[in-house]
Amino acid sequence: MTTPQETVERALALSRTDGCVVIAEESSGTNLRWAGNTLTTNGVTRSRRLTVIAIKNKADGVSTGVMSRTGVTEDQLEDLVRAAERAAADNAPADDAASLVDASEAGPGGRWDDPPAETSIGVFEGFAPSLGEAFAAAKGNARLLYGFAEHTMNTTFLGTSAGLRLRSDEPTGKVELNAKSDDLSQSAWNGVGTRDFRDVDVTALADDLTRRLEWGRRRIDLPAGRYETLLPPSAVADLMVYLYWSAGARDAHDGRTVFSKPGGGTKVGESLSDTPVRLYSDPAAPGLECTPFVVAHASSRESSVFDNGIALRPVDWISDGRLSALLQTRHSARLTGLPFTPGVDNLLMEVPGGTATLDEMIAGTRRGLLLTCLWYIREVDPQSLLLTGLTRDGVYLVEDGEVVGEVNNFRFNESPVGMLGRVAEAGATRRTLAREWSDYFTRTAMPPLRIADFNMSTVSKAS
Amino acid sequence: MREIDPEFTALPSRALADAALSRARDLGAEHVDFRLERIRSQTLRLSDGSLETALDADDVGFAVRVILNGTWGFAAGIDLTTDAAARVAEQAVEVAKVAAAINRERIELATEPAHGEQVWISAYEVDPFDVAVRDKIALLADWSARLLRDDRVAHADASLLQVKENKFYADTAGTVTTQQRVRLHPVLNAVGIRDGAFDTMRTLAPPVGRGYEYLTGSTWDWDGELARIPELLAEKLSAPSVEAGTYDLVIDPSNLWLTIHESIGHATELDRALGYEAAYAGTSFATPDKLGSLQYGSKVMNITGDRTAEHGLSTIGYDDEGVETQRWDIVRDGLFVGYQLDRRIAHLTGAERSNGCAFADSPSSMPLQRMANVSLRPAPDGPSTEELIAGVDHGIYVVGDKSWSIDMQRYNFQFTGQRFYKIERGRLAGQLRDAAYQATTTDFWNSMEAVGGPQTYVLGGAFNCGKGQPGQVAPVSHGAPSALFRGVNILNAVKEAGK
Repeated sequence: MTTPQETVERALALSRTDGCVVIAEESSGTNLRWAGNTLTTNGVTRSRRLTVIAIKNKADGVSTGVMSRTGVTEDQLEDLVRAAERAAADNAPADDAASLVDASEAGPGGRWDDPPAETSIGVFEGFAPSLGEAFAAAKGNARLLYGFAEHTMNTTFLGTSAGLRLRSDEPTGKVELNAKSDDLSQSAWNGVGTRDFRDVDVTALADDLTRRLEWGRRRIDLPAGRYETLLPPSAVADLMVYLYWSAGARDAHDGRTVFSKPGGGTKVGESLSDTPVRLYSDPAAPGLECTPFVVAHASSRESSVFDNGIALRPVDWISDGRLSALLQTRHSARLTGLPFTPGVDNLLMEVPGGTATLDEMIAGTRRGLLLTCLWYIREVDPQSLLLTGLTRDGVYLVEDGEVVGEVNNFRFNESPVGMLGRVAEAGATRRTLAREWSDYFTRTAMPPLRIADFNMSTVSKAS
Repeated sequence: MREIDPEFTALPSRALADAALSRARDLGAEHVDFRLERIRSQTLRLSDGSLETALDADDVGFAVRVILNGTWGFAAGIDLTTDAAARVAEQAVEVAKVAAAINRERIELATEPAHGEQVWISAYEVDPFDVAVRDKIALLADWSARLLRDDRVAHADASLLQVKENKFYADTAGTVTTQQRVRLHPVLNAVGIRDGAFDTMRTLAPPVGRGYEYLTGSTWDWDGELARIPELLAEKLSAPSVEAGTYDLVIDPSNLWLTIHESIGHATELDRALGYEAAYAGTSFATPDKLGSLQYGSKVMNITGDRTAEHGLSTIGYDDEGVETQRWDIVRDGLFVGYQLDRRIAHLTGAERSNGCAFADSPSSMPLQRMANVSLRPAPDGPSTEELIAGVDHGIYVVGDKSWSIDMQRYNFQFTGQRFYKIERGRLAGQLRDAAYQATTTDFWNSMEAVGGPQTYVLGGAFNCGKGQPGQVAPVSHGAPSALFRGVNILNAVKEAGK
């Protein structure tokens, strides 16, 4: 069978246009899902996707054509290349046209000749028995466990007519564990990201959930209102990931985001918080490593096919509480006059001096709410980046340094940008899993935050 | 005459199915189903009239699902050879064996008659993949130019998503189906900037199970809608901010479809109500003990589940478990009377038969219970939208969907819209800004005083309903007439942001 590396070389050799980018991706995945202390679904999957980007110089500009197919066989390869070329001939010129990336600008390329990495159901070899034990323990304690474990391995081979040959292996895994009382009146959640499942401690996750369900033995009804609120790292991650996704330079420059400066330009350089918050990405961040070069299957507001292969470097999006960069393509960097800072598939927040654990922050709380995680987060008003959503799987009242009981859920209306201006305390950064966005973004490290006057807009009856 | 895409029928579907079904059966599986799919999609996006995104995707693959000793096993593959199909069947059996150690609930399926050989094709005239890309781009560029000609429009975004889905299904009971459906979602969005503030106005044209004729024919008044957008946007930018409080609402179907989707569609999925989505999408307040007794809404509320509605996005002939699709009641005269089912969930609850709601969004996805076209029925001789508005002294008319959010048991929701119009003494009195409506599901539907007639009925919908882990997206439509609700909570988004 043809290897993906050979497929890339053959597709480039078949190309008849002025430039060509070929992306071959080999993916394997495996998952387990459970509910009510029993497995519900499972699976192993494999995918092979080939994307050909034809680049054609025409009288009125440079056009691109993108064709992406799965399961392409050797005898279908020329058809795919020609289809991309026809699309390039058909399409109008691309605004983001630029020269293809050369070796001096490219990211680290990995071991091109090695076979693709893969995962299998065997990755759960140690995890599945621990989960079975957790089911048995939960059943004995009148509790129900729900959750999901997934591991995927994506190997990307990127070749261009400018001579780049780059390869990346990206393992991605996560576990979500949810415990409920057997009458379903109480619920607690914990989740972790992992590269290989060897660091997943099911017992520790289950113990944390047991502790939270214990907190819920006393029920307290609270009305809607603005509360001092302790956001655990998962909740901070969900809010910061949305902020990150909203930080496109082109949209800001066009005057249509919270980062647009009234009258024109962007808010880069402006203060968002008196707290010296640092929000950054780094493709080499330990434990959160991700592909170190741009892989763009299509151009959009925040990506350009012409940038394929360019090195991703550490970038501070917010530094010392100031907005310091926005998501860029080379095209948008030219439009905005700002540095070229492409997006990276991880996000970290640090606050200098933030060393407290969440437990220590609870101990330092006179009266406030402690959340578990956030859910169904959607944008209400892009002008302020006002988001709405729900608290989920445990809201607790803290009084005089102790959790005194579980509170009803709330619908919140808050802006992650406005919220940064009300950070009263930040703890130590640790790896976490965003509850809502982990389908798309698993690599995050965040501190717990104490937020003054968090807006719990209405009460939810959900338990 | 529409026909199944010959490129799909040329694939070795029967040979692959035979190899997979026989191998899994030989290995002891008590149930096996095989699905071969090809999904073609094309995404076009223009920014201010210039092409920004042009992406063609073409995904082919197959899946084998088995039940072995009462445990699911699922595996998917991409190599279209009989050897590969047999190997994937072996993998599915292997997965079932590994999974058996943590399965505590025997999987059984509700019975379904074997349907033999069946072919089904959705209702469309022009296959969008037969239309030259340059023509589509030219049309979107022309529509963008019409918006940009007005200096009240600072930016115009145009997009067109197109999907052609082919499914071949075969199971050990003897059902063999070959199906094809086409769907489109065109969107134009205008951005206005005024005095340091910005806002948007989007077309209301819904995504549809139609062909390219939707963009060029008379089904939707594109010319009229595009001509109105600059003025509507300018009016919105200069509109007063809403005063938070309680209002009577007349909600247009262009907005109400999404409220139906979130507060009825998801709430009446039986897998959710039984807890199978508890750790992710959530559960439902509409638990089985409330079936037949919960007054979901007022007496004028009648809701159907329907996978047969012409041009519906969830419409198909047979679901991904070989069940012939159906239409049934979910809420009758306000009373909760029905759920959406797949075969496993139907069996669990003693239902005679699944109502055909299994769907997998790709050849590598395991079928889940997914949403039918869940719709609010109009009143046969019901009023027009204007007549509903005439019945409101102090209220708001809501048009077009925008932001949505609902809790994990489908109680507390909050929605915004494209346009909120003030109603004063039965007449519209200009737009309002910054409004969101918020309610608890059963309070809201019980406050529905009247529904409009068939002349107000529109089939709305979305391509991207999310559910399941690994996450899957499903297309679904929701029909609704205009409807009148009394005493709904309106929030002011600016005040909510603490400004």
